[in-house]
Amino acid sequence: MNAARHSTGLGWRQAFGPVDAVGVEERVAKYTTRSIKKASKLWGLRCAVSMVDLTTLEGKDTPGKVASLCRKALRPHEGEDIPPVAAVCVYPAMVRHARRHVRGTSVKVASVATAFPSGQAPLRTRLAEVKAAVGDGADEIDMVINRGAFLAGEFGRVQDEIAQVVAACGPATLKVILEVSELETYDAIRHASFLAMAVIRPGDFIKTSTGKTGLNATLANNQVMLDAIRDHYLETGVAIGMKPAGGIRTAKQALQFLVAVKETLGDAWLTNTRYRFGASALLNDLLRQIEKERQGCYQAPWNFSDATEAY
Amino acid sequence: MTRPAETPRARTRGSAAALVFGDLWEYDPAPETADPRLQEQYELFINGRFIAPRGGRYFDSINPATGRRLARIALAGKPDVDAAYRAAARAFPAWSRLPGRDRAKYLFRIARLLQDRAREFAVAETMDGGKPIRESRDFDLPMAAAHFFYHAGWADKLEYIVPGGRARPLGVVGQVIPWNFPLLMLAWKLAPALAMGNCVVLKPAETTSVTCLKFAEILRDAGLPPGVVNFVTGAGGVGAAVIAHPLAAKVAFTGSTEVGKAIMRQLAGTGKRMTLELGGKAANIIFDDAPLDQAVEGIVNGIFFNQGHVCCAGSRLLVQESVAERVIPRLKFRLRHLRVGDPLDKNTDIGAINSKAQLARIRGLVAAGVREGADCYQPACRLPDQGYFIRPTLFTGVTQSHRIAREEIFGPVLSVLTFRTVEEAVEKANNTPYGLSAGVWTDKGSRILKLSTELKAGVVWANTYNKFDPASPFGGYKESGFGREGGRQGLQDYLQIG
Amino acid sequence: MPRLPIIKTPKVLVGGAFIRSESGRVFPLRSGAGAAVANIPQCTRKDLRNAVELAAKAGPGWARRTPYNRGQILYRIGEMLESRVAEMTDALCWTRRGSAGRAAAAQEVSQTIDRLVHYAGWADKYEQLLGSVNPVAGPFFNFTVTEPMGVVGLIAPAEAQLLGLVSLIAPAVVSGNTVVALASEQNPYPAIVLGELLATSDVPGGVVNLLTGFQRELVPSFATHAHLRAITAVVGPDHARTLGLGAAESVKRLKVLPAGDVDFGDNAAQGLSWIRALVECKTTWHPIGA
Repeated sequence: MNAARHSTGLGWRQAFGPVDAVGVEERVAKYTTRSIKKASKLWGLRCAVSMVDLTTLEGKDTPGKVASLCRKALRPHEGEDIPPVAAVCVYPAMVRHARRHVRGTSVKVASVATAFPSGQAPLRTRLAEVKAAVGDGADEIDMVINRGAFLAGEFGRVQDEIAQVVAACGPATLKVILEVSELETYDAIRHASFLAMAVIRPGDFIKTSTGKTGLNATLANNQVMLDAIRDHYLETGVAIGMKPAGGIRTAKQALQFLVAVKETLGDAWLTNTRYRFGASALLNDLLRQIEKERQGCYQAPWNFSDATEAY
Repeated sequence: MTRPAETPRARTRGSAAALVFGDLWEYDPAPETADPRLQEQYELFINGRFIAPRGGRYFDSINPATGRRLARIALAGKPDVDAAYRAAARAFPAWSRLPGRDRAKYLFRIARLLQDRAREFAVAETMDGGKPIRESRDFDLPMAAAHFFYHAGWADKLEYIVPGGRARPLGVVGQVIPWNFPLLMLAWKLAPALAMGNCVVLKPAETTSVTCLKFAEILRDAGLPPGVVNFVTGAGGVGAAVIAHPLAAKVAFTGSTEVGKAIMRQLAGTGKRMTLELGGKAANIIFDDAPLDQAVEGIVNGIFFNQGHVCCAGSRLLVQESVAERVIPRLKFRLRHLRVGDPLDKNTDIGAINSKAQLARIRGLVAAGVREGADCYQPACRLPDQGYFIRPTLFTGVTQSHRIAREEIFGPVLSVLTFRTVEEAVEKANNTPYGLSAGVWTDKGSRILKLSTELKAGVVWANTYNKFDPASPFGGYKESGFGREGGRQGLQDYLQIG
Repeated sequence: MPRLPIIKTPKVLVGGAFIRSESGRVFPLRSGAGAAVANIPQCTRKDLRNAVELAAKAGPGWARRTPYNRGQILYRIGEMLESRVAEMTDALCWTRRGSAGRAAAAQEVSQTIDRLVHYAGWADKYEQLLGSVNPVAGPFFNFTVTEPMGVVGLIAPAEAQLLGLVSLIAPAVVSGNTVVALASEQNPYPAIVLGELLATSDVPGGVVNLLTGFQRELVPSFATHAHLRAITAVVGPDHARTLGLGAAESVKRLKVLPAGDVDFGDNAAQGLSWIRALVECKTTWHPIGA
């Protein structure tokens, strides 16, 4: 399989191979039967905490909300053994506020850009937005691909735009959001993964979703993208990261995603430089389960800061 | 750190891009703890009662994961088999005249009771046979219950089974089943026979009698009339007595082709009806346009499901040459996180080989593969210190004449062969006396239909493998036996038509 | 001076050609009155072997014919028989006496034509009754179709030398099997005539192969020939046992009809169950997903 630019003489299906929908869903159903207990559960939960891109992407976001998010990111819960999360993920206008709170720590500032979530702005506007966010101190850029162009069959254009965003990122890490719910089929998800991976850099990511549509990260579309990452790695030696986003709300789900990573890409991807969770509510459920493992009893939500369920 | 996207990347195949499947994150043991509610000793089930064998002899059922005795099982003698047949023959008139609606209700009851106790039975099945709890819990038990549900609904619809023919039950049916899916094979045999109004004398395999005799408790609790179902336990001699009994209107056997042939010889000239579900050496054919990751999963499921103790196991992998070097490494990666070990651990993928004898046979064939020059790959996984275990095994460089490509191994051993063209794939797939099942993986619809027409096999899985359903007829061509089980077609073999 | 007629040398139809036995042996057919009628080829196990080879060669092509086409060909056999009623009746009458015997023979020919028409009609219908789409509990399209078994051996009854033979052949070939049939030993002549008629009925060579000879000589070879996938035989208990033992060696599908048990004139001697006995069911699974 040639993971190079889209100029291949073969149709994309021949170049990358198809995905059988029922087969991939069967495969991931097996992950959910893995029984993760005791020490391995604690390890997995902590690992998941360290992979969270703690996210707020709302019109009503304020510097105050972002400050609170950053404090949570740096110190999710009391106790020395709970790591900070990987990054906070905000809109470009909030980057400079977030920057202030996490400077000098391991927590990165990630910014969505490129007319998130639709991407329906002129390319120069999208590139300018990327540059502005990086200029304000974003360590990471989460871009959206041009789904309209993809569905219209303009694959070269989709890829060129990604390449231009890569250039605009400069030193910032790039995460390419495929918006899988709009691509609809696993074949298209696999194809789009390869389009992106051919032009992004080692350590950049591909990402499932914006979180703004009906269907977000699932074990199945996560699997299709992990398989593509593995194929790309075996073919080129370039290690691409993966970020499922949206819809992962419980610790149990997160562990199932990690099982998929372990059994598809192996140990080298069980780290936040290669795997992230785009989530907000997930973090508190992870903490709750960690506390339960430590204390042996189930926890109430209000023992965890910034909990949304207070009933 | 930015590299222009246009720069062609150096290809770093091989070791530079190897994946690491290490122990960074190990799964802790997760043993299933439900109580299998086992007895120390099990009796015969004849005429609705648990009775001691007249000869007073018992044999041990061994837990293959530990090598230790699980229970003592009654050893039936000829007089016991005779008593079972006489009980069945006495029960037949009333049972066959019972309104189909009521026979259906008994079967529905049985299905429900089995569902109620599914976890308990799954644990017992795993302890007795060695299969992983994940499989007995998620496959054997639900599928066994499904067979009773499906067939229950047929019991009052006999006239729809064969168009234009008048359908009547046969009488007493003798059934002998194997050790690979003890309870599920029991369900495959009992459910259609009972739904059609027959009575049954059934013998489970000697290494796996426990769930059969536990199932007798369900029959008793369901209030099934005495004698409608009788269980006799023991080894081949008891099986021969069940097959040969003059009161058997039909015999149904699932097991090896060797024993199937012996049964045919035994019954030659008697005119007795038979259905045989025998061995296989299925080809799983991967074309270069296949969905490869799902194909790899299908290959793994095809051969390592139930330790490869599956008559329809996809034991011959036929890979198109142009894609072999992509399939085989992915297959090896996949093998590395198959977990071999304690069958009761919920994370175990490959459990214990059913018996010491079977383990010796598998090892012998693996050794033959190595001796004949095929390349053997086994992932480096730790095996338990006791019990009967073997690593999943992959042979590459196999040709049609290798023993491992011809003989049924009935273990987790996969032989990989390559082909170049469609014609060659069909030829190689059909080049076997067996014809139970086959797999085809390709993205091209018309090719699937061509292959499914030309492959001489009773079941063709296209872009999937090892799927079963009570509504789906199952059974072989050629030396894989005759007759079908499941679906409307499977019922016809339990009826007198005309 | 009356013209001296020439007498036809009986030959059997194998692989589309008319042959004598490879052994050169013959056995005499005598009329009811004891007169010599003809010297019938006494086929041997080697003839059987050759016939099976030719049947196997013809198999894939015959099975690939459309059911519509097979139906037309079966109907064509009926047409050809209709046009040769007198000759076939004569052939049956070699071993039957008197006007009653002749009437019975004529009736048997009529019934045989009707039987062929019956199976001609089945060709494109039985699949809809024997096959199925199966509602499995999962995202799969699952269907069962029937397929011919391959080369089928037939051992015809001693009586009903035409109707019995055709009643075995028709349900076998209608689904795409090819056959090797051993004709009645008592009067093989109708099988000789049938061969001539098949050869002119658009039946491809090798689809129906007819042997004449002795059961005691040929039954053991029918029994053990592994390439024969199924046998339907109208035989006595001894041959039934021989066939049973032989069938075991290659797990052959065997249907024995005890000699004298089947009334081939009855409607029960035809129909769907006769077709079903010589087809395999194949079930195909495919995922349903985009």
